[in-house]
Amino acid sequence: MLSFIRKRAFASLISLIGLLVMVFFLSRLTGDPASLFLPVEASAEMKAEFRALHGLDQPLLVQFGQYVGNVLTGDLGESLRKARPALDVVLEAFTWTLWLAVITMTLVTVCAIVVGSLAAFRTGGFFDRFSSMVSLIGASVPDFWLAIVAIVVFAIQLSWLPTSGTGSLSHWILPICVLFVRPFGIIVQVVRGSMISALSSAYVKTARAKGVKSGPIIFVHALRNAMLPVITVIGDQAASLLNGAVVIETIFGFPGVGKLMIDSILQRDFNVVLAAILVTAFAIFLMNLVIDLAYALLDPRIRY
Amino acid sequence: MADHLLEVRNLSVDFHTATGTVHAVRDISYYLDRGETLAILGESGSGKSVSSSAIMNLIDMPPGKIASGEILLDGKDLFKMSNEARREVNGRRIAMIFQDPLSHLNPVYTVGWQMREALKTHGKGNTEAQAEALRLFKRVALPDPERSLDKYPHEFSGGQRQRVMIAMALALKPDLLIADEPTTALDVTVQAEVLNLLKELQRETGMGVLIITHDLGVVSEVADRVVVMEKGQLVESGTVREVYHNPQHAYTKKLIAAAPGKGDMHEPEATGDAILSVKDARKFYGGFEALKGVSFDLKAGETVAVVGESGSGKSTLARILLRLEEADGGTAKWKGKDLFTMSPGDLFKLRRDLQMVFQDPTQSLNPRMTVYQLISEAWVIHPEILPKAKWRERVTELLGQVGLSPEHMGRYPHQFSGGQRQRIAIARALALEPQLIVCDEAVSALDVSVQAQVITLLDKLRKEMGIAFIFIAHDLPLVRDFADYVMVMQKGEVVEFGTVAQVFDNPQKPYTQALLAASLDPDPDVQAANRNARLATAS
Repeated sequence: MLSFIRKRAFASLISLIGLLVMVFFLSRLTGDPASLFLPVEASAEMKAEFRALHGLDQPLLVQFGQYVGNVLTGDLGESLRKARPALDVVLEAFTWTLWLAVITMTLVTVCAIVVGSLAAFRTGGFFDRFSSMVSLIGASVPDFWLAIVAIVVFAIQLSWLPTSGTGSLSHWILPICVLFVRPFGIIVQVVRGSMISALSSAYVKTARAKGVKSGPIIFVHALRNAMLPVITVIGDQAASLLNGAVVIETIFGFPGVGKLMIDSILQRDFNVVLAAILVTAFAIFLMNLVIDLAYALLDPRIRY
Repeated sequence: MADHLLEVRNLSVDFHTATGTVHAVRDISYYLDRGETLAILGESGSGKSVSSSAIMNLIDMPPGKIASGEILLDGKDLFKMSNEARREVNGRRIAMIFQDPLSHLNPVYTVGWQMREALKTHGKGNTEAQAEALRLFKRVALPDPERSLDKYPHEFSGGQRQRVMIAMALALKPDLLIADEPTTALDVTVQAEVLNLLKELQRETGMGVLIITHDLGVVSEVADRVVVMEKGQLVESGTVREVYHNPQHAYTKKLIAAAPGKGDMHEPEATGDAILSVKDARKFYGGFEALKGVSFDLKAGETVAVVGESGSGKSTLARILLRLEEADGGTAKWKGKDLFTMSPGDLFKLRRDLQMVFQDPTQSLNPRMTVYQLISEAWVIHPEILPKAKWRERVTELLGQVGLSPEHMGRYPHQFSGGQRQRIAIARALALEPQLIVCDEAVSALDVSVQAQVITLLDKLRKEMGIAFIFIAHDLPLVRDFADYVMVMQKGEVVEFGTVAQVFDNPQKPYTQALLAASLDPDPDVQAANRNARLATAS
């Protein structure tokens, strides 16, 4: 098990380095930060001074070398805009996103498993058809449209909930509900399909022959077997939330890492962009590790 | 009149499918008393498992429907009970074991958990369930019962898994045990042990046993009475002796006649030099030696049967001979050239001469190709054999050789029965005009009567076209009817090699003797004598 974690860590390190190289050089291709930060009328000397201050006058390779050296010592540089360590800025925003993702995915997982399992238990029944329709709509509806409609209805017309920002629990409701819809729709379908094959399996027949009740047959015998493909998809969906739900965070003015990244890209705040990418990549690596371990936990035939 | 333990009266079950209503069983009646064993004998599609599924309430409705009839357990009609009451009956009064214990045990829970669940579902406490599970594991002779309880199904062998299933079924001392093909997936020696265990347990508990099987040998070994089913109807019933010695219905007669192992044995008649000469073939999987130096010769038009139980290395031998896997040692000279070291180019030319027929024709035929495409694909790969203009004509001819007709050409594999599919697989192998066909359990998945037809076909091809066969099988009576030579393998080694008459009439090695002794004879009197002889030597 430990050697598996080591191997995975090493493999992820390689992809992290690749990611670092790509993002660093690509971000430098988008233009000179000095001309963006300083006023239009700034003199050539001022620009040169600015560059020298932030090391932007060095050759790209030297800048990159310095950056990697700093990353290894945990120093991700200063945010150009906020004059604070970039890592602090990112971690602050990432905490918001993490909470949003964790709450949303927990709700999604629980609801999708219950709904998908019950739909699979009576295939073709009313509940199955109804939930199939709902999940299909959920999986296909564009979330930015849903977000705007939700704001119009619940915040503006009914005035039940705030339109955007943070501050109280009620600020969380709309973003979570909107983010809930798509992963829920997708995961219900996966759970349903996976449960249908688990429920028609031979071991379920044995359980019925033993006289086991329907509840334990669905949620004990079949579900644990059906979970393997499901957690893959859960991981996939959770990763896209961790990356920052850019559109939704922007619409709801939610100070998460998605919004931070977009803002920093527009402002050419490279250190923050790089720090945000590193932090989310690291989080996604950790999550995938947890998923691999969950496989082994769920299925005794999988051993690392 | 006292009630029977189980009585099925005029049962009809229909399945309503998209293509129409299938009458799975029609108006069948039988009964079973305590301490008695009744066998339901039938081939695939006969509906032999349907009535037991109806007893256990395992038929999905829809599409299934009980059209008529009743099933009485101690005089009470199961169909008139509530679902909850029937659930209570399952496990407590009636228990069931199945053909394939690996897929019938939940892979993600320990067997101990599954045992305890059976007990706890019917009201036993946790510690009581644990103690009882341990007692049962000891009773069915699982090795190291305490630790076995904490193992998962995949950590057991096939025979041990079936013992787990039996222990679980007997947990609540049911009055009736239904065994659906309980030993079909097991090796012959393991089959004998499991059937023996079932009989012992029946004697101890006095339960009634309903055994569902396609195997006359199993019937003659364990059953008191038998009912024969064909196409959903019950065609004959009686004591095992009556039915075997004096069958009334044409189908029963056909079934008994088709049982292999009664014909004349071949005298090897092939002459000339060996076309294939295998010397010291070896294969490793990691540190495990699957083949420990196997040698034999094969002449044109000759059949060598390779028999042995699972893990004996017989399929590995087939795979390295066809270079589906690489050998790790030894030589296999095909007309003087070594198959094991041949270059890919030479091997490609040689593929024509060596063909294989696999066990499961459902999986070995591409479901999206028509019969014509399946057979003619060989000529797409080897265009030098036949110009395209002649393909249709040749496919017609090949279909004729395997007993199919030209109009089958445009159909897909799923439109055929298992036996027909295996004929298509054989026609495909013949398309390249091979000189050697390796059959890996090629008839094991087929019904007895179909097996006989396929074997007759293979024998005809051997005689008429001089094709040599390597015939891998676990079924000894079948081998007896078809092979010239028999090679008995155990744990990667050749235990015994000889002509079929030598091996069957005068086996030299204890392992061969044990295999032959464990093989079941369809004649109940012969089987009883065999059993007594076996028990006498054992004690």
